[in-house]
Amino acid sequence: MSGFLAKLQAWFAPIMAWLEPWLPFIFTALTTLAILLIMVIVAAYMIWLERRLLGLWQDRYGPNRVGPFGLGQVVADMLKIFFKEDWVPSFVDKPTFIIAPVIAMSMMMLGFAVIPLSPTLGVADLNIGVLFFLAIAGLSVYAVMLGGWSSNSKYALLGGIRSTAQTISYEVFMGLALMGVVMQAGSFSLRDIVNAQAGMWNVIPQFLAFLAWVPAALAVTHRTPFDLPEAESELVQGYHTEYSGMKFGMFMVSEYVGIVMVSGLTTTLFFGGWHGPGAEQYPILGLVWFCAKTFLFMCSYILVRAALPRPRYDQIMAAGWKFCLPLTLVNLLLTAAVVLWNSGV
Amino acid sequence: MTADGNAPHADKGTPHEIVRELFSRFGESPFVLQNTVDRVPTLWVDQSRLGEVLRYLKNTISRPFKMLYDLTAVDERLRKNRFGLPAADFTVVYQLLSIERNADIRLKVALTGDYPSLPSIVGIYQNANWYEREVWDLFGITFNGHPNLQRIMLPRTWQGHPLRKEYPARATEFDPFALTVAKQDMEQEALRFNPEEWGMKRGTAEEDFMFLNLGPNHPSAHGAFRLVLQLDGEEIVDCVPDIGYHHRGAEKMGERQSWHTFIPYTDRIDYLGGVMNNLPYILAVEKLAGIEVPDRVKTIRIMLCEFFRITSHLLYYGTYCQDVGAMSPVFFMFVDRQKAYDVIEAITGFRMHPAWFRIGGVAHDLPQGWDRLVRDFVEYLPKRLDEYQKAALENSILKMRSRGVAKYNTADALEWGVTGPGLRATGSDFDLRKARPYSGYENFDFEVPTATGGDVYDRCVVRVEEMRQSIRIIKQCLENMPAGPYKADHPLTCPPPKERTLQDIETLITHFLGVSWGPVMPAGESSQMIEATKGINSYHLISDGSTMSYRTHIRTPSFAHLQQIPSVIKGAMIPDLIAYIASIDFVMADVDR
Repeated sequence: MSGFLAKLQAWFAPIMAWLEPWLPFIFTALTTLAILLIMVIVAAYMIWLERRLLGLWQDRYGPNRVGPFGLGQVVADMLKIFFKEDWVPSFVDKPTFIIAPVIAMSMMMLGFAVIPLSPTLGVADLNIGVLFFLAIAGLSVYAVMLGGWSSNSKYALLGGIRSTAQTISYEVFMGLALMGVVMQAGSFSLRDIVNAQAGMWNVIPQFLAFLAWVPAALAVTHRTPFDLPEAESELVQGYHTEYSGMKFGMFMVSEYVGIVMVSGLTTTLFFGGWHGPGAEQYPILGLVWFCAKTFLFMCSYILVRAALPRPRYDQIMAAGWKFCLPLTLVNLLLTAAVVLWNSGV
Repeated sequence: MTADGNAPHADKGTPHEIVRELFSRFGESPFVLQNTVDRVPTLWVDQSRLGEVLRYLKNTISRPFKMLYDLTAVDERLRKNRFGLPAADFTVVYQLLSIERNADIRLKVALTGDYPSLPSIVGIYQNANWYEREVWDLFGITFNGHPNLQRIMLPRTWQGHPLRKEYPARATEFDPFALTVAKQDMEQEALRFNPEEWGMKRGTAEEDFMFLNLGPNHPSAHGAFRLVLQLDGEEIVDCVPDIGYHHRGAEKMGERQSWHTFIPYTDRIDYLGGVMNNLPYILAVEKLAGIEVPDRVKTIRIMLCEFFRITSHLLYYGTYCQDVGAMSPVFFMFVDRQKAYDVIEAITGFRMHPAWFRIGGVAHDLPQGWDRLVRDFVEYLPKRLDEYQKAALENSILKMRSRGVAKYNTADALEWGVTGPGLRATGSDFDLRKARPYSGYENFDFEVPTATGGDVYDRCVVRVEEMRQSIRIIKQCLENMPAGPYKADHPLTCPPPKERTLQDIETLITHFLGVSWGPVMPAGESSQMIEATKGINSYHLISDGSTMSYRTHIRTPSFAHLQQIPSVIKGAMIPDLIAYIASIDFVMADVDR
């Protein structure tokens, strides 16, 4: 028997030797896959969470039939949507129409990659993490725009137009709001930003930036009150009016992935990331803290949806340019002054 | 000359003030005065003088008739009891309303020939446009000079004009319906929008306009309603409302149902108004019959009508919030609405369409314990309304979306025939319950809520306040419900009181006829306006001394309100249009009938 094992070992030895330099890489790849997979599952379960919470706040039940607490509802819905006919209307621009939901889903998932989950855990530790996120947020708009454009339908087109108009108004102040955080930490890396919050969470010194970040964060995910591109009561389903089956499912799940991602980012940028009592000694506690904070922000997304009506898009643009932009500029100047003061120039 | 269009018992009082003014201006010769049971001054006028008279009434006269309240027609060819009215194959009826006088006048034009024509009055009253199209559509009467005399209720491919007497009223009298591919293609092609027909351009030198079909299926169109928008970006350059997708021919049904069996059909006109729809019909029939109902009946009717005003306004409140993007309020309001329906169901046995009023009374007496249910509800609702005030109405985004949006003033409102909360939001306090109390409203203490902005927000505020006033009225009903019978003791009451039938053969015969054939109403003309949930609703009934109505015309507020849309919304954006549509509070059944 041991002979067999030895033989096996001998047989595997060259492969192992060959793999040796790649092992950390494989390990990272597996962690990455695990993290992203878990995130997608969490995002899918957010659909259940949202429906139950909305039910709670709206004096009704929400899904409570499939499985305990209706937890099986998501599985049932997913199965249904997987087996639906993958129908492409005859009048659409086929390649663009197909690529749009893929962009939506992948961009939101990529965005999550730069977020440090605990002192040791995280997918990628980019030294330009914040810039990467901004780039991803910019690219994700193409999903909506292309989806709206390629559908060749008027409601979808109007949704696409709205999304572009909305994007140019929030992206500028979103970037500027984050610059305050970056200046404070002296780095674009999200891990550095988290480390810089060991003493005090950014939400206090960077409160003005946080104020501007909240609407921007809602806008990135196209959630109420920034759901103008789909605005059900006005544009039927906006940019994804013509989508059905799994392609629609990808748009839908990408919205929830976006919520998880942006909630994680809010935690990281303003609420100390994985910091919390005991996180320094036990890194696993850091993960718990991170998840708890992120969960809180995810729920707040749902609360906002339950509470607010939808502004008109010129009103959103006006609020962006006339209120949020000056706010972030003032914040930038103040932060710069403080940073210079502290460095004793 | 005076003609008596009525059975002998009709009121023949002194001529109305406005009639004297017209006689002194034009002389008596162009007119024929007709007495009607509803006491609305009714004058027949020659079509050559019509424009002149209308212009005088609208522009020259002091305290003018600014509103064309209604315009309809009657096929007179089979009418037997005409009591010396001018000879006519068809009659076109114009009804004007003056807020300042708090009075109406009805003008009738006699037409001869199978497909007669007369001049259009769109140049005088703008809102005659749709009414004339409807008369053309349903009667085949041509209006010369109308800007676009197209069918409005029926598809353009329709053959015939259904309200003409030779047109059958039942599907069994037609060949079975068949839809071939060719026919389907033709019908669809007929629905294609052609901008040039409406005087619209497809673009300017620099840009093309987008033509967007909003509806007939759209989440915010509140029913099968189609609006064709001419868009420059999201800005609405112009729009054309297209109605008729919900047309069921309720008026034609009125001519084939007995007076009694038509009641359930009225429930479904404004399908959120429930028994509120029964009221104008019942009151008009009772005028024809000469029935005076007991006080208990009046009070029960008022109480239930106000319940339905509340349920209708609650639905309005919720969908209004939803249309400006707020998700939650509608759920709360539906819960409250359900509580109101619980009370209504306990009293009438049904929720939305009880068809519970009867000619000369109501279907049953109030059940035991009704007062406890009603009291629970009137104590419950005000607290909830206070919460909504904070949660929904005072929300700053909601205000931002609706303040100053889709504004019109009182003059515009009258020009387009707008009534109800849409009129009172402009500052006018014209509420029929105060101005012309019916069914005993004069005995109640309540206020008429008004607002001054005339915008989307104010229309909502007025309705919310109306709910509080309705609660006030219901409370008074609760505390002062008169004792007595729930049916009038009158041979035409339907179903007739049965108590004495087994003692007295005459009563038994009357009862038998009333139940089997239905009551025979004396010949005459009658109408009744009420302040319904959405504005002024009225029924104009012509009896030819039969078990069925000769002509039933239903004037609904929503029809007028939709016609106004293009004039208000030009230059606004799509979200404004959605907020505006939400603020009108219409149901398509009420528009198309």
